[in-house]
Amino acid sequence: MIEFISQPWHWSVSGAMISLVMLLLIYLGQKFGVSSSFQAMCSIGGAGKRFEYFRYDWKKHDWLLVFVVGSIIGGWIGSTFLASPEPVQISAATINDLSALGISYPTSNAEGAGYLPTDIFNFEALKTLKGIILIILGGFLVGFGTRWAGGCTSGHAITGLSNLQLPSLVAVIGFFIGGLVMTHLLFPIIFSL
Amino acid sequence: MKLLKFLAVGILFGIVMTKSEAISWFRIQEMFRFQSFHMYGIIGVAVVMGLLIHFLIGKYDVKNAFGDAIKFQDKPKTYKASILGGIIFGLGWAMTGACPGPLYVLAGHGYLVILVVILSALFGTYVYGALRSKLPH
Repeated sequence: MIEFISQPWHWSVSGAMISLVMLLLIYLGQKFGVSSSFQAMCSIGGAGKRFEYFRYDWKKHDWLLVFVVGSIIGGWIGSTFLASPEPVQISAATINDLSALGISYPTSNAEGAGYLPTDIFNFEALKTLKGIILIILGGFLVGFGTRWAGGCTSGHAITGLSNLQLPSLVAVIGFFIGGLVMTHLLFPIIFSL
Repeated sequence: MKLLKFLAVGILFGIVMTKSEAISWFRIQEMFRFQSFHMYGIIGVAVVMGLLIHFLIGKYDVKNAFGDAIKFQDKPKTYKASILGGIIFGLGWAMTGACPGPLYVLAGHGYLVILVVILSALFGTYVYGALRSKLPH
């Protein structure tokens, strides 16, 4: 059983399981959308004293904060007990493109699981301009952008699109404009720093 | 007790995100370079099954766990916020290779530097809250 689950999952199984998570949250009286947790955490931290956006009863998001704790535990279980036998099998074309940018890809689990490029995402990299841009500015844009857009991949791309929400389609188009500009136009500049 | 159910669904989500490889920075790069169908397949299946879920719940007036009718809220029609905020998030998604859900899951994997990304995202949220009245929505 454990061995069966530990194989990398086919995309169709993964997609179905994500929609199951959405269904379970709907059944429990909530909705699937993770980025609201940022607003709740800022509110708990006292940001409501200064800005109206955080002046709301964060307890209406208590379930989401518990869900977030669960997802951290789920990540630990997944990486500790259900790890795949080999690193993520990404395409050769991507490995080539990234190696041109100076990013190496793990060939065995001993070198890495293929989840994060650890040669950039580490604490030492925070002393370099490239690292500061990717880790700190990148994180900043994720928080600022998802809250401005009113949702992230879960709230807009999965929940919103599957409920035929036009604002969500517009947001997803925005996600892709941003992602394509970063990957194809800005990465060559950032990685040359 | 009620909150424990959300803990269980969260654990399931963390495992699904891990095994689907949707939390992989490399998978997100592959997606933005159109070099694999993997991520499009995941999101596509989730959306198609989600359409079916929303349709069936609406058609058969399904009740939730507490016996209440399930109502779906429309997203606010703030199109300027959708496109502009969406582009900003897209830039950050490609940089960090993670959207908010995967950030938490990666922290559970033990990548501690992800905590810096999460703190930066919280700061980004704070600055959005501060500038909100001045931004187009």
